[in-house]
Amino acid sequence: MTESGIASQPPASQPYASREKVAATASGAGPKHRSLRGDVWRQFRQHKGALTGLCVFVFVTVASFVGPWLMPYDAVEIDIKMRNLGPTWSHPLGTDNLGRDMVARSMVGGRISLLVAITAMALSVFLGTTIGVLAGFFKRLDGVLMRLTDLFLALPVLPLLLVIIMLFRDSLRAAFGPEQGIFMLIVFIIGVTSWMQTARVVRGEVLTIKQQEFVAAAHSIGTRRRNVIFRHILPNCLSPVMVAAALGMAVAIITESALSFLGLGFPSDFPTWGRLLYDGKDFINLTPMRVVGPGVLISLTVISVNFIGDGLRDALDPKLRSR
Amino acid sequence: MESEVLVSVRDLKKHFPVTKGALRRKVGAVRAVDGVSFDIVRGQTLGLVGESGSGKSTIGRTLLRLEEPTDGTVVFDGGDLADLSVGGLRKVRPRMQMVFQDPHACLNPRMTVSSIIGEPLVEHLSMSSRERNERVEELLSLVGLNPEHANRYPHEFSGGQRQRIGIARAIALNPDLIVCDEPIAALDVSIQAQVVNLMEELQDLLGLTYLFISHDLGMVRHIADRVAVMYLGRIMELADVDALYENPLHPYTRALQSSAPVPDPAAEATREKIVLVGDIPSPSAPPPGCVFSTRCPEAVDRCRTEVPVWREVAPGHGVACHLVG
Repeated sequence: MTESGIASQPPASQPYASREKVAATASGAGPKHRSLRGDVWRQFRQHKGALTGLCVFVFVTVASFVGPWLMPYDAVEIDIKMRNLGPTWSHPLGTDNLGRDMVARSMVGGRISLLVAITAMALSVFLGTTIGVLAGFFKRLDGVLMRLTDLFLALPVLPLLLVIIMLFRDSLRAAFGPEQGIFMLIVFIIGVTSWMQTARVVRGEVLTIKQQEFVAAAHSIGTRRRNVIFRHILPNCLSPVMVAAALGMAVAIITESALSFLGLGFPSDFPTWGRLLYDGKDFINLTPMRVVGPGVLISLTVISVNFIGDGLRDALDPKLRSR
Repeated sequence: MESEVLVSVRDLKKHFPVTKGALRRKVGAVRAVDGVSFDIVRGQTLGLVGESGSGKSTIGRTLLRLEEPTDGTVVFDGGDLADLSVGGLRKVRPRMQMVFQDPHACLNPRMTVSSIIGEPLVEHLSMSSRERNERVEELLSLVGLNPEHANRYPHEFSGGQRQRIGIARAIALNPDLIVCDEPIAALDVSIQAQVVNLMEELQDLLGLTYLFISHDLGMVRHIADRVAVMYLGRIMELADVDALYENPLHPYTRALQSSAPVPDPAAEATREKIVLVGDIPSPSAPPPGCVFSTRCPEAVDRCRTEVPVWREVAPGHGVACHLVG
């Protein structure tokens, strides 16, 4: 009933009600009410990479947020006798030059890194999609918004970051506290400097979709423009947005690492994955695990997010879902 | 049948500007529709035929104001559509709908059939979701689809079934006028007849008025009451269907009819065909005089200099040609 009944029309003599009964007994459940969420999840499970990615991501997230309570060591506990250890049973990733356990520090560092990554990605995707859709849909805004995008692309990011951080770090710290202030600053910086690619891709996609007949059909029905955008345009440019989101998260983690690595990110007693890399690089010959640990975590997270994005994109496409 | 005019189009023009250079300087215009007038009587079907690029679809879209007309008036049931604001237009939208050419592109691939057909109901009526579902199922059975399939996506249907979904969406709000923009051009021949028959049934059942755009002369003869023949943005001949097919006056109408094969091998082999040479000229640089003069087998000097005026040679039979009458 689910696949084979598509092409065949019901015989005219057979009323629909009895057919439904037959179908229901034949396949176990009538196809009457398929929930969208169930369909998406069923398709998502088919994608092995996405499922593995999801497992890895959930594991890393849970470890970061719950792990520190289960660890016998505190992330900031200094044990100077145990400093610069290689991997041992009690310290699987070794210790740093102050004797702090690297597993505990990686877990705590993951909290900030993941939070920054998710919020910055959300900001960047939101900005990029909004600007892309507006530029693509409203011809009048197109020129202005795309020149703005070019302007942002032409900005040299690193000097800009230095200037912004120098200018605003202290006032934000004073207003929201050292951690919250720097968190907001970093999320803002990453979000504002990484939306341009998304905007360009989304604009192109919107320009294509706008010409399709189903959009003309929506106009002829009298659908309001807001609904045309949210019901017809946005769902159909979902795949570039999903890709942009996955990549954006990766970019956010890496930019945050780079900022921390340059010593511009979070304060030094506040571990993030990038900060741990930065602190560990001077000891790379002595205790290589100090660099390998956070480095592997960054890569794992980025890869798993990419796979999740890939799987979600496929699962949200009804054409791929039906197979 | 009462002969109340539902749609009255007068001197409709749609020119698309041609721009050049960085400053978007206007260097010319594509005259897709260039001064077209016709009436559609309520409950009847006006067929609009012509070859590719003659401006048939643009008329359909301009009529519904999916494109803004450059000039001219479209009077729909007493009110001029060209004057309406966006809000006012939205109020008239339910009364005029469109069926599209490409059954693959005219349905949003990410919406289920029930939400596609339900969209006009959501936009214009305040129905509970149960009432809406009932109406959607009623519409699906009306167009000959299984109401159980309401939760499926468009790609799970064949081309003919998708066209039925498009028709169900168009009739959801009980419109007066449906513009059918080559609704059967993308379908298999066997399915074409089914869809056309469905449209005729619905016309009888719901009292619909059609503007049926097509390049299939045989199908237009079957469904239309009156036929307009278009060439390069202008109407060449407009007549009742029998008059046009039995007694075509314009050379272009004769050429078009002669290009349609006759379903009889003996007659097909012996009949004389008028073969037009060359292509349809560019609508951005239409020839002076009669637009058909460059390809007309009967053209005389006057045709190349003077634009033929529209003349009614018999009641309800108009033609734009110097050689007639």
